[in-house]
Amino acid sequence: MAKSEDIIIDEVTSSDYKYGFTTDIESEDIGKGLSEDVVRIISAKKNEPEWLLEFRLKAYRKWLTMEQPDWAHLKISPIDFQEIIFYSAPKKKKELESLDEVDPELLDTFNKLGISLEEQKVLSGVAVDAVIDSVSVKTTFTDVLEKKGIIFMSFSEAVQKYPDLIKKYMGSVVPPSDNYFAALNSAVFSDGSFCYIPKGVRSPVELSTYFRINAANTGQFERTLIVADEGAYVSYLEGCTAPQRDENQLHAAIVEIVTHDNAEVKYSTVQNWYPGDKNGVGGIFNFVTKRGLCKGHHSKISWTQVETGSAVTWKYPSCILKGDHSVGEFYSVAVTNNYQQADTGSKMIHIGKNTKSTIISKGISAGKSHNSYRGLVKVSANADNSRNFSQCDSLLLGSECGAHTFPYIDTANETTVVEHEATTSKISDEQLFYCQQRGLSPEKSIGLIVNGYAKEVLNQLPMEFAAEAQKLLAISLENSVG
Amino acid sequence: MLEIKNLHVSVEGKEILSGLYLTVNAGEVHAIMGPNGTGKSTLAAVIAGNEAYDVTEGEIIYKGKNLLELSIEDRAREGVFLGFQYPVEIPGVSMTNFMRTAIDEIREYRGQEPLSAGAFLKYMKEKKELVEMHAKLNNRSVNQGFSGGEKKKNEIFQMAMLEPTLSFLDETDSGLDIDALRIVAKGVTALKSPDNATVVITHYQRLLDYIVPDFVHVMYDGKIVKTGDRSLALELEENGYDWIKKELEAKK
Repeated sequence: MAKSEDIIIDEVTSSDYKYGFTTDIESEDIGKGLSEDVVRIISAKKNEPEWLLEFRLKAYRKWLTMEQPDWAHLKISPIDFQEIIFYSAPKKKKELESLDEVDPELLDTFNKLGISLEEQKVLSGVAVDAVIDSVSVKTTFTDVLEKKGIIFMSFSEAVQKYPDLIKKYMGSVVPPSDNYFAALNSAVFSDGSFCYIPKGVRSPVELSTYFRINAANTGQFERTLIVADEGAYVSYLEGCTAPQRDENQLHAAIVEIVTHDNAEVKYSTVQNWYPGDKNGVGGIFNFVTKRGLCKGHHSKISWTQVETGSAVTWKYPSCILKGDHSVGEFYSVAVTNNYQQADTGSKMIHIGKNTKSTIISKGISAGKSHNSYRGLVKVSANADNSRNFSQCDSLLLGSECGAHTFPYIDTANETTVVEHEATTSKISDEQLFYCQQRGLSPEKSIGLIVNGYAKEVLNQLPMEFAAEAQKLLAISLENSVG
Repeated sequence: MLEIKNLHVSVEGKEILSGLYLTVNAGEVHAIMGPNGTGKSTLAAVIAGNEAYDVTEGEIIYKGKNLLELSIEDRAREGVFLGFQYPVEIPGVSMTNFMRTAIDEIREYRGQEPLSAGAFLKYMKEKKELVEMHAKLNNRSVNQGFSGGEKKKNEIFQMAMLEPTLSFLDETDSGLDIDALRIVAKGVTALKSPDNATVVITHYQRLLDYIVPDFVHVMYDGKIVKTGDRSLALELEENGYDWIKKELEAKK
């Protein structure tokens, strides 16, 4: 059946991106290019305090001295930063009392994505801080959250309202000098979300933000900061799709999480940015720095991600396990199709004693894509009795794609136990034949097999997200057969 | 229902079936026996549409249609079922999800409304009882961690779920202890109706103690060389296949 498998997989995997539409919202931008003046303009437009402008400028100057990293298993043409617009915001920016006041076009966009605010608000009990391009448009459920003392708002708003918290935590997990893209983000970040859960509070709702890259040629530089104080808990959801276009769009976000003693943050992502067309034209460049600091003892940070989009993905959600008995987890499904490239994985840095980390990574490669897992488990000398378990599985669809695994293990403590397992498999002819013999079309068969393969990770997602993720996995590998 | 004429099949240039004829009518149970390597499993695989095999000559007419022109899944949707000799494992996919997806696809093909979740689960429960399947089996991944006997029972369970009109059971009895064999045979017998037909491929006569065939065929060298009733199976049990070989030699 050698012939059939390749043909089926080719048909199944050569479909186009389904969320290719743009929203016609008037954008106010500041022209192309990057300079110290641009940084100042961004800061001024956002009416930022002096210390934040200094933070940006320092980061910008640092960035100028840095070079784009080339260690990842990615082929990327050089990015021309002078061709990028570094700030754009929907023009109609005013306080909104209700959804009626939200731009109808915007609501329509959400409807196309199946995530209308009304639905979110009424049905799912999820508070949504909708980010289109760079400025928050609407925040819901603030009342519910306010009663608990939970702060959940756009980053810019938090800068105005809670400057002390921002000043204290921003850059404490990902310093501006951390890497090239972190420095860039720190200089020009536009907006994002800020979340603070006070002592002993469990967030009654799952917090969710939908990001959407919208204006043409606009780089997106979100910044998210989540702080869980002692004994606090929050589940945070991030989901993304972007409209289809031909120019590559740069995206360099930073997510920082801090957990104090006994606190827990669960961060889930479904990422479906435009991956480029069948021939590898266009698509989002996604360079993200996501890192959590388990600062307090018995604290926990869990990253779960389903990555199906972007032309290039460079992303390593990590945990610094500083507090004794702290726990870090990373669950990932990364799908690459056509000409997509992904270099993703995790870093687990064990510093505290009795710290524990788990990495479960499932890569799925189709078309002519390349999918790499890159992970670091580092155990410092004082991290007695720390443990790590890593499992990295790769699934290949077809014979023209590639899967690569780059695990790095660095332990300086003899009491540490580090385990690493890796497998590579293909969807076998026998599995396909078996499914088809039961009446399943080839594409349904592949969808089923792939979802089964990724189940361990999908199970980690909150219910409403898991359904969306399953759909996404099927869509990204969907076909044009019959 | 099924009419196979002068079927020639080869794999990588090597001919395995060379001029096979077989007619199966609704309501009948056929048994195909024969020594190893005579093409019994190949026949079942070709009926199901396994593309590893090249049909070089001949025709297969099923319910008036040219079976060879249909895709694997369309054959299944038209009621062709293959009980696998080696059922395949699909990690992470529950039996419930697997059967639900299959039945949805088949119903859609036939222009029927999808079954509600409740109706589906009720239907599944009925069929489970028919093949004496343990309830917990259904939340497990397809064939993963199943014992040899459970896998074979699972094939009959799927046959019960899909209600095919033409079933080929490829050595479903091999590797079964006598209890499992009895359950499998009971399931097959219970599923028998005037509208469907079953072709049992087997090595041993013992399955035929439980499933009573209307016809017994002996395959040798890629052809059906002898057809009889149940007594033929008993004769084979007693005397082995050598006398058939000798009979064939003598004819030459």
